Amino acid sequence: MPFRRWWSRFVAHLNELTLSEARDALRKKQFTSLEITMACLEAIDAAADLNAFVHNTAELAVERARAADKRLSRNETPSMCGLPIGIKDLYCTQGVATQAASRILQGFKPEYESTVTKKLRDVGAVMLGKLNMDEFAMGSSNETSCYGNAINPWRRATDDSPLTPGGSSGGSASAVAADLCLAATGTDTGGSIRQPASLTGITGIKPTYGRCSRWGIIAFASSLDQAGPMTKSVRDAAIMLEAMSGYDPKDSTSANCSVPNFEAALTGHIRGKTIGIPREYKVEGLADDIESLWKQGQDMLKGAGAKIVDISLPHTRYALPVYYVIAPAEASSNLARYDGIRYGHRARLSAGDGIVDLYEKTRAEGFGPEVKRRIMIGTYVLSSGFYEAHYNHARKVRSLIQRDFTDVFAQGVDAILTPATPSAAFDLGELSNTDPVEMYLNDIFTVTVNLAGLPGISIPAGLNRQSLPLGLQLIGQPWEEGELLNIAYTLEKSIDYREKPTKWW
Amino acid sequence: MSIDVHIARNVAKLVRIRVEDEDLADLVSEFNAILGFIEQLSEVDVTDVEPMVSVTPMDMTLRDDAVIDGGQQQNVLSNAPDVREGFYAVPKVVE
Repeated sequence: MPFRRWWSRFVAHLNELTLSEARDALRKKQFTSLEITMACLEAIDAAADLNAFVHNTAELAVERARAADKRLSRNETPSMCGLPIGIKDLYCTQGVATQAASRILQGFKPEYESTVTKKLRDVGAVMLGKLNMDEFAMGSSNETSCYGNAINPWRRATDDSPLTPGGSSGGSASAVAADLCLAATGTDTGGSIRQPASLTGITGIKPTYGRCSRWGIIAFASSLDQAGPMTKSVRDAAIMLEAMSGYDPKDSTSANCSVPNFEAALTGHIRGKTIGIPREYKVEGLADDIESLWKQGQDMLKGAGAKIVDISLPHTRYALPVYYVIAPAEASSNLARYDGIRYGHRARLSAGDGIVDLYEKTRAEGFGPEVKRRIMIGTYVLSSGFYEAHYNHARKVRSLIQRDFTDVFAQGVDAILTPATPSAAFDLGELSNTDPVEMYLNDIFTVTVNLAGLPGISIPAGLNRQSLPLGLQLIGQPWEEGELLNIAYTLEKSIDYREKPTKWW
Repeated sequence: MSIDVHIARNVAKLVRIRVEDEDLADLVSEFNAILGFIEQLSEVDVTDVEPMVSVTPMDMTLRDDAVIDGGQQQNVLSNAPDVREGFYAVPKVVE
């Protein structure tokens, strides 16, 4: 019996592997990239109920898997050779539909490839298709998507109500948690990688601002947006983040510094490291199970030799309001380009309609309600008479939020441990029909990290009383993703989380 | 801090998004909920604080002033909803 077939008896579902497991097995020629790619494509076909993949690129995937197999057969082993992944719909992918989950980009097929997806392609990763998300990454539940809701593979133990996978990278989170792909790309402007990772029991890291090129990623709020990987383990996050990182002259905010070997940083030794616990994150009404997992995380890090200290980040409570001035302001400028002239949707005009009617009708039809709301808020806070009072004032408070972090790092804190989200996955429709501010509160623990430009990672910490996953967040010093990943890796080993959703789809 | 229908209509005009009159009232109430949330920033003392420009101090670099790309008319126009004779087509702009 050929070894490959013998092996496949033990690994019946190749799509369930992690990146590092599959990478090592591919290098040992225990199976081919085509086989693991086919396993993912079959899993995707069977998971239409999750609505995670919204543009399938099966033919392209098979072509790239074959090319990867050729490289592997020549013993060429770039870091992600032959590994099948999903790509968030926010990334421009050459010749493949890319519409940021918006009607306004209906039919758009970029003639170019984003820097990050090109880097992933160059190291041999196989793109399976494009993933659902909130429209223009504006949302925390994947409910603003023009493709409809992505669904969380997790359900409460007590009922079958469909739950949100979080957002905006909801499709990425759902796909990774349900083993439709080995890993996926996400983007994070206020928590859009870490919050969905937490709600679906996977790992997600947002690196330091400037670590990954934003070129070719459809812009939402340029001073906050960062790309990052969503994976099944911390080791996988290290492997994929390294592949996505690096200086790019096409992004003027991309940092011209070298990319360390993140995987090599995973030693599991954190003795002597100082972990800060911010008292402002002990918010009123925090669920007991989140609080106890947070405490457990502190004990585990202490057990691994770290020193736990109480810290204060006094401006934390102003982070969300600052975000809801700065992000819409930048969005209103970035989204001005969608005018129905050069790409995407154009409204049908009536006799006598002029160019302004074309703009107004196109944008009214093309943007969903949350996107319109944010464009208008952004324009309002930038308008003359309000610019100083709102926009500049918010930028000053942002400086203070960053200073809070700089101060605690200067006091010798290596990383900060917090809950990732204020609750577990919630019902679809539960928050989308209420006051928009209720939905914004989902990002209460994550948004400070974007405002300060820091790296942050969410890892699964356990299940709550309803058997839904909850995450813990670690926040690191700028450019210290290696150390951050190592602390997360150490905590991951102690937590030893092995839960998987029960397959219902 | 709150806005009225008049301001909402003006903002909709500035952003070039058509909002029907009957939808303006809902827009005003959502707007005011968000503005009310933002309002709490006014209690922060920002005396002598510089507004943030960039999270990491970064020097803007200049590229060489040279042509590095071009001759891609077809690629540029490939996604346009209406193209005529190699140009974007739009309704009449100047009478």
